[in-house]
Amino acid sequence: METKQDAAAQGAIAELLRRRRDDVLGRWVAIIAATVQGRITERELRAETAELFELAVRVAEEGPRGAAADELRGALGDLSRSRARQGFSPTEIAVSVFALKQALYENMEGGDTDEQAAYRQFIEFSAVMDDLGLHTFETYAAAREQVIADQAESLLELSTPVVKLWEGIVAVPLIGTLDSARTQVVMETLLQTLVDTGSEYAVIDITGVAAVDTEVAQHLLKTVVAARLMGAECVISGIRPQIAHTIVTLGIEFGDIVTKATLADALGYALEHRGVVLGEKRER
Amino acid sequence: MERVPVLKIGDILLVSIQIDLQDQSVLNLQEDLADRIVATGARGVIIDITAVEIVDSFIGRMFATIASISRLLDAETIVVGMRPAVAITLVELGLSLGGVRTALDLEKGLRLLGVDGLAAGPRDRR
Amino acid sequence: MTDAGATEIPIGSGDDVVRVRQAVREAAGAAKLSLVDQTKIVTAASELARNTLIYGGGGHARVERVDSGLGRAGIRILFADEGPGIPDLDLALTDGWTSGNGLGLGLSGARRLVDEFSLDSAPGAGTRITVVKWGR
Repeated sequence: METKQDAAAQGAIAELLRRRRDDVLGRWVAIIAATVQGRITERELRAETAELFELAVRVAEEGPRGAAADELRGALGDLSRSRARQGFSPTEIAVSVFALKQALYENMEGGDTDEQAAYRQFIEFSAVMDDLGLHTFETYAAAREQVIADQAESLLELSTPVVKLWEGIVAVPLIGTLDSARTQVVMETLLQTLVDTGSEYAVIDITGVAAVDTEVAQHLLKTVVAARLMGAECVISGIRPQIAHTIVTLGIEFGDIVTKATLADALGYALEHRGVVLGEKRER
Repeated sequence: MERVPVLKIGDILLVSIQIDLQDQSVLNLQEDLADRIVATGARGVIIDITAVEIVDSFIGRMFATIASISRLLDAETIVVGMRPAVAITLVELGLSLGGVRTALDLEKGLRLLGVDGLAAGPRDRR
Repeated sequence: MTDAGATEIPIGSGDDVVRVRQAVREAAGAAKLSLVDQTKIVTAASELARNTLIYGGGGHARVERVDSGLGRAGIRILFADEGPGIPDLDLALTDGWTSGNGLGLGLSGARRLVDEFSLDSAPGAGTRITVVKWGR
């Protein structure tokens, strides 16, 4: 429920924002710039903030249920998403909003009456409470992120099964996106399986892998070398043409590592080296 | 100073490292092994490191040196039982152990040296 | 950072190098590092402790637990000696370079095994090396 007095106060804020636009906006940009510290260019920040400022003035006129408020919420939503992707913390993003209060307060006019002094104290106290509120929010977000990280880790372990193909031959079929962390888990799981099963051959099948980068390719190479140090041999199968192209373009040396077109070829290779002969069943 | 015992089984010398070796003990072992290869005319040396938690450049170099020495004396050296974490660390460290043959465990190491009949492996049961 | 839990080990003999390895293994286990990460930091510590002994003429190691503030634990080890120092740091960190009779993998190899590595040395002023390994 809005009273007449509130409406008048809103009008006064909007009027003040318009009149001192350059000062308030300049100060707002400066406060945000101090938090983001060069991760966004000054120019970008100024353009972005100017847009928010115009919307904020309209919100001051129309109140929190007007069309401008919806528009401002939308703009801040977009801003938060892009900042989150750039790796900003929730506090750093929220400061973009709270800082307008500070900027406006610094540009308030008026004498040094008791009322003014009390108001100033209230603003300072409000800033402290904002910080504390942000702190609880930040802590909550960090706790959620830990939960997500833990889940990602357990998914990682689930997504790298090492299967036994034959006595002494194991395989790990890799599917999906290979990042550095996952490749490392694969490497450790595979090597441990070699020990546990006494297998001297391992096939790393990357048929289901869409792309590899330098780091992932290096991890695969290290796996092969580590297996050799342990007394086992790794065969890499299913290298797709695009990946072969990437490997060559990146200048990664696969050296004397055995590669085969398909998992079946790799199994054939390992069987042959283990001295297993498979015969076709003849009809008589 | 603790000395690692060198066992002789037929014409194979067997060393099993069970303790955290300090550098001088590593050098002593290297010397003992060279002496024993000459004295016994062994044709194979097996170093079992199943119990070893880390292999740094010093121990790694000892493996390579023993392998070179034994090759000169017409014997072959095989390092068996390297743990995955140790292998990964060695690769990261940049040590390739060139010239050292390896096997997953003692049994497979013996088979590489042509010692059969101690225990039939999967290949022999086929 | 508090001093609680920091272990200081003098390095004056080959047995001390083994003692450093054991202290680091214990600390790495307590900080819940993965088996592979434990092996890496103990191996790095072994290389650096040997350097302190052979090239630095002895010194000490200081092993302590650290927290990243984001819930990640790790361990930090400082190796300090009052030896002749390292004249050319870039060269010393190159694979294959050695002033002794090692493989020249000590410094450069140890650096690859840890997450953070800092080296402070000047001719005649001793050497201080600090390494950190974080849990995943």
